[in-house]
Amino acid sequence: MNAPDIGLWTLLFGSIFTSNILLANFLGMCSFISISKDMKSSNGLGMAVTVVLTITASINWVILRFVLMPLDLLYLRFIIFIIVIAAIVQMLEMIIDRLSQSLYMNLGIFLPLITVNCAILGVSLFVEIREYSFIQTVIYGFGSGLGWWLAIMALAAMRKKIEKAPVPPALQGSGITMITIGLMAMAFIGFGGMLPVQ
Amino acid sequence: MPSFLVAPLAISGISAGLAALISITDKIVNNYGELTININDGKREMNVTGGGNMLTTLAEEQIFIPSACGGRGSCGECKVKVTSDIGPHLPTEIPYMSRQEIEDNVRLSCQVKLKTDVDLEIPDYLFNIQRYSATVERISDLTHDIKEIYLRLNDDQKIEFSAGQYAQIEAPPYGKVKEPTQRAYSMSSSPSDKKHLEFMIRLVPGGILTTYVHEHLKEGDRLDVIGPFGEFMVRHTGAPMICVAGGSGMAPFKSIFNNMIETGEIDERDVWYFFGARTAKDLFYVDWLNKLQEQHERFHFIPALSEPQPDDNWDGETGLITDVLDKYLKQEPLASVHKEGYLCGSPGMLDACMDVMGTHEMKDEHIYFDKFA
Repeated sequence: MNAPDIGLWTLLFGSIFTSNILLANFLGMCSFISISKDMKSSNGLGMAVTVVLTITASINWVILRFVLMPLDLLYLRFIIFIIVIAAIVQMLEMIIDRLSQSLYMNLGIFLPLITVNCAILGVSLFVEIREYSFIQTVIYGFGSGLGWWLAIMALAAMRKKIEKAPVPPALQGSGITMITIGLMAMAFIGFGGMLPVQ
Repeated sequence: MPSFLVAPLAISGISAGLAALISITDKIVNNYGELTININDGKREMNVTGGGNMLTTLAEEQIFIPSACGGRGSCGECKVKVTSDIGPHLPTEIPYMSRQEIEDNVRLSCQVKLKTDVDLEIPDYLFNIQRYSATVERISDLTHDIKEIYLRLNDDQKIEFSAGQYAQIEAPPYGKVKEPTQRAYSMSSSPSDKKHLEFMIRLVPGGILTTYVHEHLKEGDRLDVIGPFGEFMVRHTGAPMICVAGGSGMAPFKSIFNNMIETGEIDERDVWYFFGARTAKDLFYVDWLNKLQEQHERFHFIPALSEPQPDDNWDGETGLITDVLDKYLKQEPLASVHKEGYLCGSPGMLDACMDVMGTHEMKDEHIYFDKFA
């Protein structure tokens, strides 16, 4: 099993921009739509997703390589990954609560919410499919988190503007949001071929 | 190993590992060790185990912050001013705070988790409130309807209070009364006697507690007292004190005057004590107060009877206490000086006295009383 030959910078920029986990793969949609109403919350959630993504992707890589693959238990990866994510989020919450009260306050409810964010599980699964090395996994997890953060901030900023725009009644709320996301996704996918990160 | 066991074992193994990791993290991260709570700038310091919320931790240390909801964060009463930095207000606190309180870092003690050493400011009276169990040492008749009860605190307990404050006396269920009943009474003993409490209790026809004290309570009985409460106490400004009382309203003044004798304040400022009663048989402690007047030239005792009987041979002031008060406030030496009012009596008497004092340019903020009758 050989890791794909992708430079780390390429992987980082690819995962942030050209194959943004949200806008190219449409993962982590539910919180993306519901939280992007508010800039401050979006920022908190984006930060939390980035941290959790980086950590869980790395830990899941270790479990995948050293437990699941040798024991031929690949079919259990969904359950195992979810358990790991839930446990990590739990621990992270305790640690942040102790270390930085202000960060804890900023993340608030979003930290536990991340457990059910599909982008987190998605990244762990991509890592397995694409056979990334450990370093690549860390970079990919981190980049995907940044990409998710960037996308939700962009959408939150746009929704703030849209609030004041004369949106047709039938499209108000999530309707116009879906259209906005579609346009954003098209813009991002437009760059899809530039970097070899799928 | 049979292959069907591999999967369950792997899942259990990983789960167990993660669970162990979580509990280890919990042990390390949520172990805040021994913390120091410093209340009112060193007035009391205590070491507590960190990690719990402030309200329950303080209650374990016998400091009772009022809380109607019992720490669920729904009443907003357990406010405490925190002077050290314990981080920003939580979303669960904000709805109960005014802007000023947020600026002053007033916190909801049931929501704040103790993680670091904290400095608190709580009102002194809160700091001292406790439930005391006491034994009745003496019951004596002051008049035909006022009894004085003298209690000794059990188990070497000591109470700190300011002269003028009150406590809740709790009567146990008796007769047709099925529940313990609490009523507020001013202490009449001096605060320097920390092992005893004295109260004056006038019989109110049909009153649950007064009936209990007058008809059921015997020397040697146990009685629970919760306190001290109240803001009625001497302001040490040196201004002449205009004290007005009626009936068992004598109680806080007995405590205040005794305290002033002990501290010497009684010779440093003018005290005018107006005491209103109906007839001579409603007067009590007259000898003591007359003696005070002889011994301390700045102390003046003016008893007044509203309905003196022919055989009372009354040659003192006559009329309603408000009329007598009005007469004295009109003339020198009281008319032209800044004065403070101290009142204790029925709500009707308080209001009437406030009116009279108001007409003599005594401002409400310089008139002190605790209204509970």
